[in-house]
Amino acid sequence: MISLQAIAFYIMATTTILAGLAVVFARNPVHSVLFLITAFFSAAGLFVLMGAEFLAMLLVVVYVGAVAVLFLFVVMMLDVDFSQLREGFARYLPLGGLVAGILTLEMIMVASTVATQGAAAGSTGPDASGGADVTNAEAIGRVLYTDYVYFFQAAGMVLLVAMIGAIVLTLRHKPGVKRQNIAAQNARTPATGMTIVDIKPGEGIQE
Amino acid sequence: MIGLGHYLTVAAILFTIGVFGIFVNRKNVIIILMSIELILLAVNINLVAFSVYLHDVVGQIFAMFVLTVAAAEAAVGLAILVTFFRNRGDIAVDDANVMKG
Repeated sequence: MISLQAIAFYIMATTTILAGLAVVFARNPVHSVLFLITAFFSAAGLFVLMGAEFLAMLLVVVYVGAVAVLFLFVVMMLDVDFSQLREGFARYLPLGGLVAGILTLEMIMVASTVATQGAAAGSTGPDASGGADVTNAEAIGRVLYTDYVYFFQAAGMVLLVAMIGAIVLTLRHKPGVKRQNIAAQNARTPATGMTIVDIKPGEGIQE
Repeated sequence: MIGLGHYLTVAAILFTIGVFGIFVNRKNVIIILMSIELILLAVNINLVAFSVYLHDVVGQIFAMFVLTVAAAEAAVGLAILVTFFRNRGDIAVDDANVMKG
């Protein structure tokens, strides 16, 4: 008898892995991005299954809501012939598959050894709240804003630098665009701003 | 019963898919960036799995920092990609080995 938890795990694990494969193999990069979103979503499901709800929601908000949409923007904005970028795919496929297969086998062997004989081998089961009788988000908050508050602020600094960097990299000054020059406006005096013309009656203004 | 080993196996497979994706799509920067995201997702699954089974919440905090760095990396990477495309009209990275301005 398979438990409900096991069924949910196998469905979401299979979805994650198949979506990950589809990201790599998709011919159209837009499909790749959509499969990436699927992979992140089902990985968030795995997080929920483990009891880490806060990170699951963070994954959905940050990755699906921001990063994947950013990818989608860029893929749709670039006018590139993606089919010619795929040349060499079939050439690297056998060797890449061999290396990936060996790597997977080795990592699964290490993982199963760690799971059965490592520090977490005698674990009584998943508990994402760190032992205390609190919810997952509260447990994270208690540690994050006390012991790791400097790391937290450093993370904010990383995001700030990334934001400024992205803006600086993509900013383009177009010549010929009229902009407000506040210094020049403030430096205006009546002498520079206007001329007094003495108009004779019946003649109008002569150039 | 689903244990730690199951989650580690999923993470291992996802990690290799990411490495494999970089290996076979070495011309297409967008797929390479997405493969890096897959690799970081696998790392996050590992961190959360160990955090949950060791009853230590610190692993989830590190997963959060990995998430932050991944988001920053994606933003800067895509900005570089857009600039590269503007300058060359193409995104094939294998002929991007000339370091002239």
